[in-house]
Amino acid sequence: MAHFTLTPPYYLALLLLVLTGCDSNEALYLSKQSIIYCSEGAPESFNPQTVTSGTTIDATANQLYNRLIEFDPADNSIIPGIAKSWHVTRDRKMVTFYLHKDIQFHQTSYFTPTRLLNADDIVFSFNRMLDESHQYHAVSGAKYPFFQNAQFAELIESIEKINDHTVRFRLSHSDSSFLANMGSNSAVILSKEYADQLVARDAMADIDMLPIGTGPFKFKQYSSGAFIRYEPHTDYWRGKPQLKQLVFDISPRDTSRLIKLLAGECDIIAYPIAHEKIKQHPNLILESVTSFNVGYFGFNTSKPPFNDPLVRKALSYAINKQAILETVYTGQAEIANGLIPNSSWAYDSSITSQEYSIAKAQKLLTEAGYSEGFTMDLWAMPVQRAYNPNAITMAKLIQADLQKVGIKVEIVSDYEWSTFLRKVSEGEHQSVLLGWSADHPDPDNFFSTLLSCGAIATGSNRTFWCNAKFDQLIQSALQTDNINIRKAYYLKALKLINDEVPLIPIAHSKRYQARAKNINGKLLRSIGGIDFNGVTKN
Amino acid sequence: MLIFTLRRLSLFFFTMLLLTILSFSLSFLFPGEQLINLTGQLYASPEYLEALAHEYHQQEGILSQYFSYLTHLFHGDMGYSMTSQLPITSEIFNRLPATIELTCVALLVAMFFGIPVGFVAAIYHRKVPDNFILAIAMIGYSIPVFWLGMLAILVFSIQLGWLPSAGQISLLFEIKHVTGLQLVDILLSDSEYKWQAFQDASRHLILPVIVVALAPATIFMRLARSAMLEVLDTHYIKAAKAKGLTFSQIIYRHGMRNAVIKVIRDVGLQFANLVTIAMVTEVIFSWPGIGRWLIESIYQRDYTAIQGGLIVLSTFIFIVHIIIDFVYAALNPLAREPHHGT
Repeated sequence: MAHFTLTPPYYLALLLLVLTGCDSNEALYLSKQSIIYCSEGAPESFNPQTVTSGTTIDATANQLYNRLIEFDPADNSIIPGIAKSWHVTRDRKMVTFYLHKDIQFHQTSYFTPTRLLNADDIVFSFNRMLDESHQYHAVSGAKYPFFQNAQFAELIESIEKINDHTVRFRLSHSDSSFLANMGSNSAVILSKEYADQLVARDAMADIDMLPIGTGPFKFKQYSSGAFIRYEPHTDYWRGKPQLKQLVFDISPRDTSRLIKLLAGECDIIAYPIAHEKIKQHPNLILESVTSFNVGYFGFNTSKPPFNDPLVRKALSYAINKQAILETVYTGQAEIANGLIPNSSWAYDSSITSQEYSIAKAQKLLTEAGYSEGFTMDLWAMPVQRAYNPNAITMAKLIQADLQKVGIKVEIVSDYEWSTFLRKVSEGEHQSVLLGWSADHPDPDNFFSTLLSCGAIATGSNRTFWCNAKFDQLIQSALQTDNINIRKAYYLKALKLINDEVPLIPIAHSKRYQARAKNINGKLLRSIGGIDFNGVTKN
Repeated sequence: MLIFTLRRLSLFFFTMLLLTILSFSLSFLFPGEQLINLTGQLYASPEYLEALAHEYHQQEGILSQYFSYLTHLFHGDMGYSMTSQLPITSEIFNRLPATIELTCVALLVAMFFGIPVGFVAAIYHRKVPDNFILAIAMIGYSIPVFWLGMLAILVFSIQLGWLPSAGQISLLFEIKHVTGLQLVDILLSDSEYKWQAFQDASRHLILPVIVVALAPATIFMRLARSAMLEVLDTHYIKAAKAKGLTFSQIIYRHGMRNAVIKVIRDVGLQFANLVTIAMVTEVIFSWPGIGRWLIESIYQRDYTAIQGGLIVLSTFIFIVHIIIDFVYAALNPLAREPHHGT
């Protein structure tokens, strides 16, 4: 036979040649020096000042930025960050920070710093949020939910630069959560030099989308909704990171994250499912950390029928929390008795969860004039968060629970996460399943952010519940340093929540993540997401 | 040839006419305002909407509205995606190459495996290999593609851990978007990890390509088999046999060439089928192509994207169809000049 034809064995040989390749030097492989983290959602911005969503905080806060003071990952005590030390006056109305002198900003394709970090950057970063006449204030919508909820604009009278490496904050009144707030994820330090250059280039909006910070990683590329690419910041003041690349692979579906982990396409995945399977796998590790968080069922108190406290109270009797805990959290959480977790110092055992009683619920509904029941919508968040690993299942359980008292529930869940959050903060919902992960260990972070009147405007109070007495209580709690007095105020606030039921706290969960065995280093934090500094691969 | 070309062009014209009418009427049939469905301007100010209404001749008759829609289409303006608020045209042209890459590689694989195997079956007509190949073809054709895709992931990605399950390439590699065809872009790039990237991209291609190629490959097997049987039954083969040519000479010189021509004509028909399979496969393997994008648009009720995707995808299939018709005509004089040889 004279003719040569390509028959299947030849293609196979050709294919194998391509796949096995010729360079086998393992150390040269890019994958050996890079980490792919499969995250559960896309960030809304690259500046944690402008958001409170956990997904965004995870992707940006610890990776790109530093704060004046930070929390010790081991015991959540306050430790130095950009400020190497600080001094608080006796009346606690003046706090002076002394800065490190060797902190370098990121050098990227869009910015080259000419100076080290100094006091101007601190003043700029805070004034941008607090001073409404600041030229950067309105960039990205003038929303700084964390500090607006904490009412920093009223608290801080002035921020002064004493010299290049000393900054003084003058407070209008003493506030016991001030230092804790300064260590929160939203208190990041931006570069003033970069901001000035953007003004000159007339590209001010870039400050939040093309970030410059001082953190261990610097921004390289973001493909909307698909991935984020970070490079190491070689001049990082705490020492150069070991990795060559850090990639966030945005994979909203929990099954696809699990498959990617098993197939070796991700090194670490957020919020894994199938915990047992991961534990049994020889090359994988399942980790968890008890988080400061709460998953809740919130009512839009500005819309009927939930403007009536009786109806809200009735529903709190009708929900079987134990069943939810077992089904949705697979037992990996504790029932929420109140808004704050048991590990917080403000927790009080006299606050108990509402018992499950159909009869009581029915009675209250009749009292409120809804003996026939009604139809309501329930917005279930479309992503998994630690505080609510499966909102849709939870919604279905609640649907079944409420059917027993004659309430018909329509579940709304087909919006994409950022659209969902926007619509909920605009109040399109009647009720919603959401939650909150604390930014810092101070209990005020739960109360002010979720239920204060001020938080309605910033969009983080999704219940639209504004109660003057409640606001008074949480304000008073901030004016003293005495933990016992603060605790007494918070106890009253918790009781008020139990009576008025703007939301039903459901559970405080653990946050899980799974990773390949060759990844070393502590990544999870009980407060404020994840931190890749010090994480290595071998 | 001229008549052949004109015939194809008129077919193209009328198909496009029907398609655009369908897509245009969709904007009325979808819930919501027709103008917004057409342009995707969800967040536009009332003034801007008024200007748009004017631009799309909303105050005039339906025919005039349709023609203004056509004019926009011809200028490549298909409105904005309701979910991402990016122009549909750029959304599509960012994703179409990935689909083209997947379908073309799958088509080649299906042809290069399916056709020879079909010939083998024909040569061993009614013997064990023939029956075996027919059985395999039947099974391959009957397997639902989504099930096969998941099975492939379960076995090769999860159990064995050999091949990746999602995407076109590992995110570690930065490849500049030039043509959109990943393998071509890698070869064009100047990354120091070019070779690793190429390997990685090929590894990512294997599973989806096999899944997409299986059904068409089995069809090619059966087509090639019957085409070869037909050819072997012709007088010229009998004449060749009578002249004393060996069996392999008959197959290689006369049989294969004439049988392949018959199969080529059906490749065009299979292409539409292939794209449908590719759409499902893209979803399973998170392939960043137009099929996955279109299916996601349906989930998110992105009406502008559905209309634009419909038009571009069907035009694409249609153009490929016509190209294959021309290739067939070029190879086979009987097709372009029917009076020859009759």
